[in-house]
Amino acid sequence: MSPFNNLLCMLLGISFTVWFTLLLVFIIVPAIFGLSFGIRGLYMKTPSCSLSGCIIAKEPTSLEEELKEIRRNGPSPSTSEFEMSDTFYFCRRGIESIVDDEVTKRFTAEELESWNLLTRSNYNFQHISTRLTVLWGLGVVIRYGFLLPLRLTLAITGVSLLVVFTTMIGFLPNGRVKHFLSEKVHLMCYRICVRALTAIITYHHSENKPKNGGICVANHTSPIDVIILASDGCYAMVGQIHGGLMGLIQKSMVKACPHIWFERSEVKDRHLVAKRLSDHVKDKSKLPILIFPEGTCINNTSVMMFKKGSFEIASTVYPVAIKYDPRFGDAFWNSSKFGMVNYLLRMMSSWAIVCSVWYLPPMSRQEGEDAVQFANRVKAAIARQGGLVDLLWDGGLKRGKVKDTFKEEQQKLYSKILVGTQENRSRS
Amino acid sequence: MGSRASSLLREEDIEEIKKETGFSHSQITRLYSRFHSLDKGENGALSREDFQRIPELAINPLGDRIINAFFPEGEDQANFRGFMRTLAHFRPVEDNEKNKDLTSGEPLNSRTNKLLFAFRLYDLDRDDKISRDELLQVLRMMVGVNISDEQLGSIADRTIQEADTNGDMCISFSEFIKVLEKVDVEQKMSIRFLH
Repeated sequence: MSPFNNLLCMLLGISFTVWFTLLLVFIIVPAIFGLSFGIRGLYMKTPSCSLSGCIIAKEPTSLEEELKEIRRNGPSPSTSEFEMSDTFYFCRRGIESIVDDEVTKRFTAEELESWNLLTRSNYNFQHISTRLTVLWGLGVVIRYGFLLPLRLTLAITGVSLLVVFTTMIGFLPNGRVKHFLSEKVHLMCYRICVRALTAIITYHHSENKPKNGGICVANHTSPIDVIILASDGCYAMVGQIHGGLMGLIQKSMVKACPHIWFERSEVKDRHLVAKRLSDHVKDKSKLPILIFPEGTCINNTSVMMFKKGSFEIASTVYPVAIKYDPRFGDAFWNSSKFGMVNYLLRMMSSWAIVCSVWYLPPMSRQEGEDAVQFANRVKAAIARQGGLVDLLWDGGLKRGKVKDTFKEEQQKLYSKILVGTQENRSRS
Repeated sequence: MGSRASSLLREEDIEEIKKETGFSHSQITRLYSRFHSLDKGENGALSREDFQRIPELAINPLGDRIINAFFPEGEDQANFRGFMRTLAHFRPVEDNEKNKDLTSGEPLNSRTNKLLFAFRLYDLDRDDKISRDELLQVLRMMVGVNISDEQLGSIADRTIQEADTNGDMCISFSEFIKVLEKVDVEQKMSIRFLH
């Protein structure tokens, strides 16, 4: 018994030491030296299907090409009228989308290639070995017993300081002193919050940081995005006023410097929103606005449709791409599954939040470009930089139904093929 | 995508599905993952709403008919076996048939069965005949509002005229097969499943 106990103790001791060393090597040392894990390289190579592999290889043919091919060998290849085999194309496309589609997988957390010892990422990995389970157990102890309390304390400190100091600054008269102090306070508190999440952030191209009178747009993965960006620069936040603790924070923040908070009823009024944003932007002494045009949290494998509202305002747009490394902790907030508090606790009990932020060169709306085209151009730039898939689909599909106009477009296209020039002549 | 997905699928089930459909082990587990991620109610079966939630399918003009194919007569829940059986129709036809040892009739992905799938898309009432009305319904689904009733009617009439050999103004399955005998059904009604 005794030598076995000794052995066990030794093994545990060794595992513990090894584990801590790994933690040091992977997280702390690279952060000190500002090394990159080659996150960008990894994600640039990732194909559009999930990391666990593609299920099918999709045929990229269009409706026209496909119908021509099918009909070539059919009974009457010369006419452009209906063939019973025309349904094959839609059939196949439909089944392909049932097996694998571009949208539904964006609203759940990304799958990992190998397990990162967090229970929450344990999808298809069953019990592999006892040693792994022991390591996992050790991980749980470290994360919940040591990291979580530490981070909670930091978080509470950060938030309290923010509320207290901003309220105090609110009493000062408007002027340079107030502005200066407000900036310092905001930055300090956000940096404490960053520590509270053990967020290892690498900022690229800081020369492109947003300036006053501009609008900063970024892809949205989680509420933490705000903390990550605001700890490196000062922004005016835009959002709906919440109740409770969140509301308290919002009210005190706005005392120190002008943020744009809307009442719930005001959010629906597009003109009001646009007016307030443009007024803010025209005042060059005010901070750049931070907006997330997707409107909802996406799982950081793609960028979905940008709502055109923020792109209609006449000002310079500063795009920012944020890419998280899911191996240390998945930052995606699945709001239909977890509430905010649950989510924050999960964040604080992960290993770390590792991410890269790229400040892209400023863009403005060009001649003859409308808001939608401009929005798509910005979106493409962000997707390209972050190694994300650029999708035209609306993030609102997380909760809502898709518009019928897409189906109508397909029907129109098919009708054109079916009846060809005859229709065009009779229509005009 | 789903949590603990593969642990709910037993080895015996996988073997049975393998025999019945011809999918490989890894394909079945991956498709089970997909099935599980679509199953929002987490009750082991898919409802029509679960399918409708896929935007690319919701905008497909024949979306509703395709979804119908997954639900056996009168039922509104599709279990994993049924799901796989329907998907099996779209397996490519290999030369070295893995499932030649299937004693019960043809494999699900044979040319005839692929054509039967397409036939059933038209034949809503399952009376083994495509009537003029049924043909018109599918045509209307595919063209939307862009073609007039008269024009669509004449297209339907022409199609039936060409296909109908026994004069009953309907298209039976054998007439359907005859019309499409030169079409490369094996390729057009197949999806490239990766191993």
